[in-house]
Amino acid sequence: MRTILHIIQKEFIQITRDKMMLPIIFVVPIVQLLFLVYAATLEIKNIDLCIVDNDLSTVSREITQKFEASPFFVVKGKTFSVEQSEKLIETGQVDIVLNIPHNFEKDLIRNKKAGIQILVDAINQTTGSIGSSYCNQIIFNYNKNIITKFSDLKTLFEIQDIKTINIEHQFWYNPDLNYKVFMVPGILVILVTIIGMFLSAMNLVKEKEIGTIEQINVTPIKKHQFIIGKMIPFLIIALFELAFGLTLGKILFNIPIIGNLWLVFLSATVYLFVILGFGLLISTLSNTQQQAMFVAWFFMLVFIMMSGLFTPIESMPVWAQKLNLINPVAFFIKILRMVLLKGSEIKDIKNDLFYLFGYGVVVFSFATIRYKKTN
Amino acid sequence: MNFIQKEFRHILRDTRTLIIMFGIPIVQILLFGYVISTEVKNAGIAILDLSKDQATIKITEKLTASGYFKIIKNLNSFDEIEEAFKQGNVKEVVIFEINFDKNLENFNSANVQLIADATDANTANIIVFYTSSIIQNYVNEQNKTIKMPFEIKIDERMLYNEELKSSFMFVPGIMAIILMLISAMMTSISIAREKELGTMEVLLVSPLKPVQIILGKVTPYFILSLINAVSILAVGYFVFDVPVTGSLILLMAETMLFILLALSLGIFISTVAKTQQFAMMLSMFALMLPTMLLSGFVFPIENMPVWLQVICQVMPPKWFIIIIRNIMLKGTGLLYIWKETLILFIFTAFFILLSVKKFKIRLE
Amino acid sequence: MNKNKIIKVKNLVKKFGDFVANDNLNFEVEAGEIFGFLGANGAGKTTAIKILTGLSKPTSGEISVAGYDIYKETEKIKRNIGYMSQKFSLYDDLTVFENIRFYAGIYGMKKQEIIDKTESLLDKLDIRNHKNSLIRSLPLGWKQKLAFSIAIFHNPKIVFLDEPTGGVDPVTRRMFWELIYDASNSGITVFVTTHYMDEAEYCDRISIMDKGKIVALDKPQILKEQYNAANIDEVFVKIAR
Repeated sequence: MRTILHIIQKEFIQITRDKMMLPIIFVVPIVQLLFLVYAATLEIKNIDLCIVDNDLSTVSREITQKFEASPFFVVKGKTFSVEQSEKLIETGQVDIVLNIPHNFEKDLIRNKKAGIQILVDAINQTTGSIGSSYCNQIIFNYNKNIITKFSDLKTLFEIQDIKTINIEHQFWYNPDLNYKVFMVPGILVILVTIIGMFLSAMNLVKEKEIGTIEQINVTPIKKHQFIIGKMIPFLIIALFELAFGLTLGKILFNIPIIGNLWLVFLSATVYLFVILGFGLLISTLSNTQQQAMFVAWFFMLVFIMMSGLFTPIESMPVWAQKLNLINPVAFFIKILRMVLLKGSEIKDIKNDLFYLFGYGVVVFSFATIRYKKTN
Repeated sequence: MNFIQKEFRHILRDTRTLIIMFGIPIVQILLFGYVISTEVKNAGIAILDLSKDQATIKITEKLTASGYFKIIKNLNSFDEIEEAFKQGNVKEVVIFEINFDKNLENFNSANVQLIADATDANTANIIVFYTSSIIQNYVNEQNKTIKMPFEIKIDERMLYNEELKSSFMFVPGIMAIILMLISAMMTSISIAREKELGTMEVLLVSPLKPVQIILGKVTPYFILSLINAVSILAVGYFVFDVPVTGSLILLMAETMLFILLALSLGIFISTVAKTQQFAMMLSMFALMLPTMLLSGFVFPIENMPVWLQVICQVMPPKWFIIIIRNIMLKGTGLLYIWKETLILFIFTAFFILLSVKKFKIRLE
Repeated sequence: MNKNKIIKVKNLVKKFGDFVANDNLNFEVEAGEIFGFLGANGAGKTTAIKILTGLSKPTSGEISVAGYDIYKETEKIKRNIGYMSQKFSLYDDLTVFENIRFYAGIYGMKKQEIIDKTESLLDKLDIRNHKNSLIRSLPLGWKQKLAFSIAIFHNPKIVFLDEPTGGVDPVTRRMFWELIYDASNSGITVFVTTHYMDEAEYCDRISIMDKGKIVALDKPQILKEQYNAANIDEVFVKIAR
């Protein structure tokens, strides 16, 4: 035990003496929280719209008004030339063109049928499909209005039979659909992961590079003592980072902390067990810091991209979702969101925690086996 | 020329670097091409069906058949909702009222309640939207027999991406990310390595001009990045069906310009960084995150707060993504993208001038 | 007299693939002596020292260090040896005292013992003013003396020194050797590799390695007579030829 304490003491001194560390520990979280949280929104609003109204009738004007009043659309252009509107979409200045042809109102009243054209820039399929649905909805609602307005009694009687299902929806845990609330826990995970992974991945290999590892290897120290001694300072720093990030999240974004904070830190400890083990494993497998850095960087990128932080896991193909079984980041993001935002309790997350713990044991055993005092 | 050869030999001799330069981009574009998608598929939902009649069963079937949803739980009472959400896999609960079908038949109106787990606001929004559309579709089918008077017909055309594939959005973005990272990161590290090893000093005291040193450093990476760009395009075309509707020559020219930009940025980083480690850290924080988040690749720039939008304007990948989307998907010519191209030019010139100046200063 | 043979090496072979780094080495080191291990760069000295300290496994051979078998009792050996590698092995970003405390700590020395011994060491090396200086701020000669002192801080039976005086000036080398004599006088066996032939004269016995083999082993004086040479340098040149 005393041996381990000596290593812990040494690691702490080295980390705190490193001039790069202080900015990394304090500045990185602030920058990440600010940038990532604000940047990462998929909320669809402000769809740029161009209206081509060649009819200039009451109906066409009313439709235009409906679109102008909608919170989803910004009417960026009005023109009479279809060609020009197409150019606007081509140059990316608008996302959707609404084309009301000449004689639209006349056709509607005389033939009881008239057409509107919608052109959608569908390169971004999400904005494309949702934008088009919003358009359809607005026009459909307007359509319902004019039926009652224009119809005679006979038709009114007929359409009385139209069935409707009233759909009411509620958004739980986050009624304002404030996506920041969702992003913050995910970003906290990224924060803790980056710190833990890089500290541990760089550490052992650094001792290899400067040669001190040999000096350690000729001492009677046990492998596990050495590794545990190295891990504990990183664990403490990463947990501190989490606490710092949580505080920032609370102050800057007022994120809810519904669940038990002890549970948050307990699961973070289990999670860090995996991440630190991973970093150590990379460290034992690499010969230079550069290699370790590359490998760590590659895994982090894949883990983060697949973790469901930026794009929902539900959107991924099944094989990718299965692949996430070996992605600790995905597990912890899920856990942290559940505990912080929904107040999930230990019974709700215990399976995931056990899984992570088992994962950690495996990774750590590998790292300990791979770390050889003798070649 | 000898100098360029030396650089090439450095790169080619180091298998690990080669794997990083060619393997990782391919793996990444394949992986992310499949994985990065904001489409909702197979979202877990729970059903609380209080009537269990013909209509509710039909609607439930429609929900599963859509491919958007996967029913993972059937609830029996309102009390179970909270529990279902807390366990984490249920994203939405669909509640059918008692006597749903009866109400619909007799009173022409019935009620459905959707409760979404909005911790993920983005997904919740999309899921509720999809569910509503499917239910609405069901009613519309029921109403088919009734002829609507004064119908506004909507003729809708999805331009550039008729099948609404998400890969159209992501392949250009991933290309920008990978070119940026590989070109900029590799050059900055390679120069930082020469500095660390002290070989840079040898080069600096040699009769080579700073421009020559930079050119020598850059040329091999330029060629390798170009090969990378072509392979990414090929993967995009053959695996993800992303077409190249515009001029291929223009596309390659723009790509070369962007690679040049990334390389000059890499050189600039290396003039700032003293060690490989620092160069790597800087590349990661200064390149990877901004390229991913602030280039409009995953997240639309229009939705960001104004101060962040301003920052986005100085992100070179943003302009490159606009350019390649235009050429590849819209088939536009230089006429439409000359502004963006000019911006890339200015960036490149700026970084090259800056680094050459830094080199000179050290020589004097 | 077998008891006094503190290192026994019989038929030691170490191969890296096809390359034979140590080709059938046989030698014994007596307790208390200063044993020099000489050879050109790449002769296999470092490989041998790594095997004796347990950093590397031999391909074959019977070896015992401090009375323990190198295969089965590696950890016991480690308690009884000190090692100073050719690569500099103190932590640059720790102070003099922090380095001492760390290494002594992992050998399980008691806190008070560490403090007391540190005090006398600081006086001995005359670096009391630098107790709290970072290692990286010290001149190379000081660092090496300190590295040696730390290698014997826990009172090992044997200390292995791998090219300890590489890159320092002759005056510092001279001072370094005084430290080695001190250690030897206090009963520590010294096993030292070097390619400075003049240093060989300071050893009780030397062995000369060439291309993985031991080509000569005896007291410096006897070797000089045997090869009819004025100094070890000449001996070495004659052997190598």
